[in-house]
Amino acid sequence: MAHFTKATSVKDWLNQRLAVEKVEKVMASEYWIPKNINFLWAMGMVLAITFALLLVSGIFLLMYYQPHVDLAFDSVNYTIMREVDFGWLWRNIHGVAASVVFLVIYIHMFTGIYYGSYKKGREMIWISGMLLFVTFSAEAFSGYMLPWGQMSYWAGMVITNIFSLGGLHMDGLVEWIRGDYVPAQAFLSRFFMLHVLLLPLAIMGLIGLHFAALRIPHVNNQDGEEIDFDAESKKYLAGDKAGSKVMRFANDFMSKDMMVVGIFLIFFFYLVFYNYSFALDPVNFDPADMLKTPAHIYPEWYFLWSYEILRPFSVNIGLIAFGFAQVIFVLLPWLDRSPNAVPASRRGAFSVWFWLLLIDMIVLTAMGKLPPEGIFSTIGLVAALAFIVLWIALPFITMNEKKV
Amino acid sequence: MHNSSRRGFMGKAFGAVAGVGAVGSLVAMKKSWDPLPSVKAAGFTTLDMTIYPEGELITEKWRGKPIFVLKKTAEMIASQTESQKARSVIVGGSEFMIAIGLCTHLGCIPSYSATEKSFLCACHGGMFNWAGEVTKVPPPRAFDIPPFKIEGNNMILGEVGPEFQAMKDSGITL
Repeated sequence: MAHFTKATSVKDWLNQRLAVEKVEKVMASEYWIPKNINFLWAMGMVLAITFALLLVSGIFLLMYYQPHVDLAFDSVNYTIMREVDFGWLWRNIHGVAASVVFLVIYIHMFTGIYYGSYKKGREMIWISGMLLFVTFSAEAFSGYMLPWGQMSYWAGMVITNIFSLGGLHMDGLVEWIRGDYVPAQAFLSRFFMLHVLLLPLAIMGLIGLHFAALRIPHVNNQDGEEIDFDAESKKYLAGDKAGSKVMRFANDFMSKDMMVVGIFLIFFFYLVFYNYSFALDPVNFDPADMLKTPAHIYPEWYFLWSYEILRPFSVNIGLIAFGFAQVIFVLLPWLDRSPNAVPASRRGAFSVWFWLLLIDMIVLTAMGKLPPEGIFSTIGLVAALAFIVLWIALPFITMNEKKV
Repeated sequence: MHNSSRRGFMGKAFGAVAGVGAVGSLVAMKKSWDPLPSVKAAGFTTLDMTIYPEGELITEKWRGKPIFVLKKTAEMIASQTESQKARSVIVGGSEFMIAIGLCTHLGCIPSYSATEKSFLCACHGGMFNWAGEVTKVPPPRAFDIPPFKIEGNNMILGEVGPEFQAMKDSGITL
């Protein structure tokens, strides 16, 4: 048995049993972050805080929400919104955070692409991040079912139908997922379970993996410089704080991080209090009606780009294009053949590729919201084809890139 | 050596037990997600086909899905093509267009315009004519026809009668 002595303080008592000082060093004060970074490096913390907001507001919603097809709509729109004191606050926070979290995820993702932060040992960070994107998408979709309004019902119908895989006609699989011929009680109950237990568990596990994946390669920096973290941290600890290229995670980096978080939270709560309606679709304030499809169905804004890749094609080709769009980002570390892990601005053709991809995804998003008619159909088709061409072209563009 | 082979055996024995358990629990989990017997048993609907007015689209409900019933007008019958005629269901001397009212693309309910005599799906812009055939993609095929059985002037949805079987065999519906 390990040897314990009479504790001299509470801290010492904890140290002997939990090694709290050592843990604090490993996790915070001697976890080294490059100094050469900007506010975009704070997006991870912004996401962690947004996830915490979703969790806390979700706990309060869970206490009044009723996962039953006859009660769900009123439990949200009457009980939570009108009867429960501050119920509206939890719902607005939950709805706005669900939307904003994707905005920040996209910023976080494109920051990674721009600075080449998926290369040279950082592949697992990228993969775990993309897995988080997938689980967050599933979490958002399952949560969207719960108010059991018209958009909930018809989004549930359309998305589960994707699993019939077009020409393969796997209707049995669709009925298995739903537990019924159409979305009904079995469907609502199981998506409720997924939303409040299984998917949040998966997300928390993946966040752990995402953080763990950062430990060995460390955070990238603005110039993609390869930093010797051992040497630089020794320099810092020896007293040469100004000459060292790194700083402590806490409190040095955290103080700037939380500054950005503070600005984000002001923006976030402005939306929660004064501009929340963008996150609450008016069509979803009609209760689910299985015999009436709303005149114009569209997903939430963060799914529009992939929806627009599905839409302009015939069903089988559309599904293949959609599947391509879902998995292709994961393969980025291998599709980018260049050894350069530097900002896109110094990578020539890749820089053009980066901005074209970003613009293309914005165009797809805009077209996905518009009715599929006339010129919008054509622009959508061109943008969808451009997306596919850009990804196929990526290995060829980066193969010939000069080493910088 | 002796010890390690004994450990090896124990490891394999545990693996075998765990493997059986894993397969068994996967079967149980899969079955727990299946539609319940009560859901499956409620899957039959009987329609009295004498009540429908000509040329008007009526929406019935079967297994939670909308069923389009359109009694064809004399004009429609006179103008229809062979393939449109093949999709007709004849009950009590009248011709009907019967279909599951879900777009064959991803399952939205198309809306019917009586003046245009066609269906438009708002989700992805697919269009169908009054006989249920696709006139604009993305839908990959005409409306599906629900399994039916004709008994006198009644139609039972959910049961397979000879007329439906013939349509299925000739590939008119899935």
